[in-house]
Amino acid sequence: MQATSSMQSNIKIRNGKIQIKTFNRSNFVLHFILSFLVLFTIVAPFFLEYGAIDIQTAIFYTLDNLKMMFLQPALSQVTLTAALYQILITLALAFLSTLIGAVISFFLAILSAKNLMPSYISNVIIAFNSFIRAVPTVLWVLIFAIVAGLGSVAAILGMTLHTIAYLTKAYAESFEEIDNGMIEALRATGAKWWHIIIHVVLPQTSSYMVSWTFLRFETNYGVAIAMGAAAAAGGIGFELFMASSFYYDLHEVGMITYFALIIALILEFISIRIKNKLIGSKS
Amino acid sequence: MDDRLDIIKKKKIQMTVVLLIMLLITMGTSRLTEFNFIEGFQSIPGTIGWMAANLIPGAEAMENFSKVLSKLWETIVLSIISTTTAGLFALFFALFGSKTTKVNGPLAAFSRLIASVFRNIPVVAWALVLVISFGHNVVTGYFALFFTTFGFLVRAFIETIDEASMESVEALNATGATYFQMVFRGVLPESLPQMVSWLFFMIDTNIRSATLVGLLTGTGIGYLFDLYYKRLDYETVGLITICIIVVVIVIEFISNKVRRLIL
Repeated sequence: MQATSSMQSNIKIRNGKIQIKTFNRSNFVLHFILSFLVLFTIVAPFFLEYGAIDIQTAIFYTLDNLKMMFLQPALSQVTLTAALYQILITLALAFLSTLIGAVISFFLAILSAKNLMPSYISNVIIAFNSFIRAVPTVLWVLIFAIVAGLGSVAAILGMTLHTIAYLTKAYAESFEEIDNGMIEALRATGAKWWHIIIHVVLPQTSSYMVSWTFLRFETNYGVAIAMGAAAAAGGIGFELFMASSFYYDLHEVGMITYFALIIALILEFISIRIKNKLIGSKS
Repeated sequence: MDDRLDIIKKKKIQMTVVLLIMLLITMGTSRLTEFNFIEGFQSIPGTIGWMAANLIPGAEAMENFSKVLSKLWETIVLSIISTTTAGLFALFFALFGSKTTKVNGPLAAFSRLIASVFRNIPVVAWALVLVISFGHNVVTGYFALFFTTFGFLVRAFIETIDEASMESVEALNATGATYFQMVFRGVLPESLPQMVSWLFFMIDTNIRSATLVGLLTGTGIGYLFDLYYKRLDYETVGLITICIIVVVIVIEFISNKVRRLIL
């Protein structure tokens, strides 16, 4: 009864119509941000340097190139087995960096979960992670390459760093969702710190961790392709780079893109299945 | 009691099998990629030492500061406008693709498929193909970022619409609202804050992707990084890296602030 009367007093009528939009701060900020973005998008392109470019012919050529790429894919420089082998290498790069990253993230996440550790430690780790995340993966890989040499070592180390930053946050968030009563109950029985980790934290969060880790593996596969192209890490990305920048063979680029796309779609499918199976069944 | 012991035993066996398989894959993949764990970890302290010694920009590198700033500006503009324009297109595709607002089944499946294809074609492939016809130009970077952002945002927007608006859509449908009334009065107001939050996430991601695309296509800050990297002018490389870090952290700060205000 009280609820209805307070509802009625909130209704505002203007020009005989009930006002359904109310003014508040979050609405104001939202509109401000949106109008800023729209304005920026309209104005900013005028401040860029385009050089001498004939947009019309460029678009025409692009459409022609895309036609060659997607409608007439063919392999010429690489054989089918070689292409499949390169895909395997890309997957291997993604796997290794995900694995190493996941192991390190697990320990970092324990340190940065606010219900397991004092907050100053977690703040240090969070700051460290946002520093890692701020540097693009390709820059990390190239920096590592100066000491380790261009190749898989630099690529895996660089990709691992971003994996750590991502997974630490994901793991820590799922650790923080654990029922505190369980931890307290174990503490009360005199369980040691690592007992709590093994008997409460791990079993409670393992399905989330698997799902996040696979999601990262899926991402890392895409990153590994990019690193192959931009930092000579090998794998299908490097073939893609060679086919387009050295041989200008768009048919081959198309074929390689299709290969990469199919694997990515399979990974995405598996990742959604894992997520639904592990997390969907719980809630 | 016996049953429970069995379960624990079974779990232990399962865990061992999983760990063994992981170990095998690890050995196989490290052989395949010629990755040596010991060598890999040994190069970490060397790299950190090298970074401390060489990447700190000195006075000489600061002379390039204005050049770095102008390229940085280009990269920022590129990542923002590619995100906003992709967001506009993604909004339409998401409205058609979402379960609550779809017009009909085939169209929904089609728009989901398109988004999935665009999302999963690597940004490198777009960049490398576009650079052939557009050349070393901002337009190349713009389109490469646009396509992948579009694919990602459609998925994110579909999830947002599905999560946010089922109830209000039902209520509006019950009052006999038209499709457009339902979208503009029910769906959009409810999912807009979350969508803007996704836009900010994407701007942040795109700054980093733009560096990668720039490296490949010779535009923006990525091009400059590549240039000084190949010239072995590591102090300027350090300067560029620091600039990117500052920009990404500032954007992350702003987007956190905005998210807290609008969500």
